[in-house]
Amino acid sequence: MENQLSKKEACIEVRDLTMEYGSFVIQRNLSFTVNRGDIFVIMGESGCGKSTLLRHMVGLKEPASGLVLYDGASFWDCDLPGRRTLMRRFGILYQSGALWSSMTLAENVALPLGEYTSLSPVEIKELVSLKLSLAGLAGFEEFYPSEISGGMRKRAALARAMALDPDILFFDEPSAGLDPISARRLDELILELRDSLGATIVVVTHELASIFAIANNSVFLDADARTMTAVGDPHRLLHESNDPKIRSFLTRGESN
Amino acid sequence: MNIRFDREPDNTLVVRIGGDWSIADGLPSTDELKRQIGSKPAPGRVAFDTSELACWDSSLLAFLVKLTDCCMQESILIAKQGLPEGVVKLLDLAAAVPEKKDARKHGGSTPFLSRVGEAALNAGQSTGEMLAFIGEAFVALIKLIRGRARFRRSDLFLLIQECGAQALPIVTLISVLVGLILAFVGAVELRLFGAQIYVADLVGIGMAREMGAMMTAIVMAGRTGAAFAAQLGTMEVNEEIDALKTLGISPMEFLVLPRMLALVLMLPLLCLYADLMGILGGGIMGVDLLDISPTQYFNETILALNLTQFAVGLIKAGVFGVLVALSGCLRGMQCGRSASAVGEAATSAVVTAIVSIIVSDAILTVIYDRIGM
Ligand SMILES: Nc1ncnc2c1ncn2[C@@H]1O[C@H](COP(=O)(O)OP(=O)(O)OP(=O)(O)O)[C@@H](O)[C@H]1O
Ligand SMILES: [Mg+2]
Repeated sequence: MENQLSKKEACIEVRDLTMEYGSFVIQRNLSFTVNRGDIFVIMGESGCGKSTLLRHMVGLKEPASGLVLYDGASFWDCDLPGRRTLMRRFGILYQSGALWSSMTLAENVALPLGEYTSLSPVEIKELVSLKLSLAGLAGFEEFYPSEISGGMRKRAALARAMALDPDILFFDEPSAGLDPISARRLDELILELRDSLGATIVVVTHELASIFAIANNSVFLDADARTMTAVGDPHRLLHESNDPKIRSFLTRGESN
Repeated sequence: MNIRFDREPDNTLVVRIGGDWSIADGLPSTDELKRQIGSKPAPGRVAFDTSELACWDSSLLAFLVKLTDCCMQESILIAKQGLPEGVVKLLDLAAAVPEKKDARKHGGSTPFLSRVGEAALNAGQSTGEMLAFIGEAFVALIKLIRGRARFRRSDLFLLIQECGAQALPIVTLISVLVGLILAFVGAVELRLFGAQIYVADLVGIGMAREMGAMMTAIVMAGRTGAAFAAQLGTMEVNEEIDALKTLGISPMEFLVLPRMLALVLMLPLLCLYADLMGILGGGIMGVDLLDISPTQYFNETILALNLTQFAVGLIKAGVFGVLVALSGCLRGMQCGRSASAVGEAATSAVVTAIVSIIVSDAILTVIYDRIGM
């Protein structure tokens, strides 16, 4: 799987996407490509529409106009079974965790495994422990989401997103609520998921350290212009972008 | 996926891992692994050969974790050099945060006696909670009377609308039908004696004293009591109630009081409306089935009823209003922190409300009898 990295192959392509809630336009004319094996970061101020963009990419919301293409096929032009198969390739970490509150952590992670693989309960249990320990939650199998801390909930949701070893992972602010050490370990995990398991990863994050550590491509959404103002490697954006907004975002407002 | 075990002369167990590994194909069995590691003489070291390994995912990791566990038990050294770099890194990440041993919960069954004990303690505790809740509600009420209760007036009006005007259609339907049924049941018997006209008395008194209040209260328990429980339960789940408490706002005053007021004000009004609708229903039946003229029916009803009859029903309705609101809010505030807990709260709110309606109805009937109302 490692050699897939060298080939630049489009995995997700967003074309002229316009996002609306009712008649309220959130963002328009978004076009970018996420290549296979990319770690793609979506940046922008709070409320500019990052989570909304993620919802469009994973097929929870239909675009007002424009296309989201997976391997060249438009998501919304697929029939329902086709969309389901596509969605099964996704692992999604929601901004609020969205763990099922009436199930233990182990049951939360086990549900996708039980639905989509033919593993035996014992095997599922082993995989669940592995995923939880990758998220740093070994030993918390029998806890309910209401019995763990906010950051732990985030990590448990991460374990659930990774359950099926999906091709494409979407993380909405995975490091929000984590201490610096855990956040660092999370970055390593994200890099490892890409390098070893060949996943393509789309991350919404505000953590500058994390952006520069993991991203090799990114898009910047502007809330006032209601569109994207830059796309590319964040290291390059930092040095080359002339847009004061992007520069100050990438330097925590310390550049001007 | 394939695994082979080879013994080297220097007592090293070489695990040769090859092929495609995917969780879709399941995990390999560990029997062979255990036999190899347990075999005599015990291997001094475990090494890996992954030259034939193609694709892999978590299934390989899960297998290696198990292998590591087995080796640790036998205190056998593991040489990870033979593994792909990514595997080693992921295994290290998985082991980076050691398992919190004291965190793990002990499952297992509790003996019968301790379960009985727990149930008894729980029952005692929930009675205590209920009494405390009623007490707090009472204190909030006193604050309200002294004009010191804090809640938003706009909430109160919304609630009044929600449990007043918006309940009219269902109350209309139910009470007209109850009136019809009362008239029909009465007519069958009374006709035998040629006393059809007394159907009007039966329906009038039945609706005003009993059925109007009771049916409205039960409809409101299912409609509004459950809604209260679900609302407050969801607020509890989202920590909204905690947010109120830390602001120094008593959820009792802010959430429970307006709900109680709204129901106590609206239930008697709805009850009066239901009485009239029930009498209308009885009238339809009387005119249609028993050939009583509308005027006759009306006059007989007026004769049978006096204000006391209505007062009996209206007082009951007020009491039921308190009970429905209290049980809805109580169950909502007691709600646990999960989606299913909200469902349970709504269910038990309705059950509590209906049980307390019937019980208090019986008590009130006895009291009315004693004081001659
Ligand atoms: N369900 C909704 N209905 C209407 N408008 C919505 C809805 N959800 C979000 N919005 C609006 O869409 C805009 C973008 O919201 P979104 O959640 O995508 O922001 P975000 O970029 O993820 O912000 P944050 O970084 O704070 O999570 C906001 O202005 C919000 O008001
Ligand atoms: Mg968001």
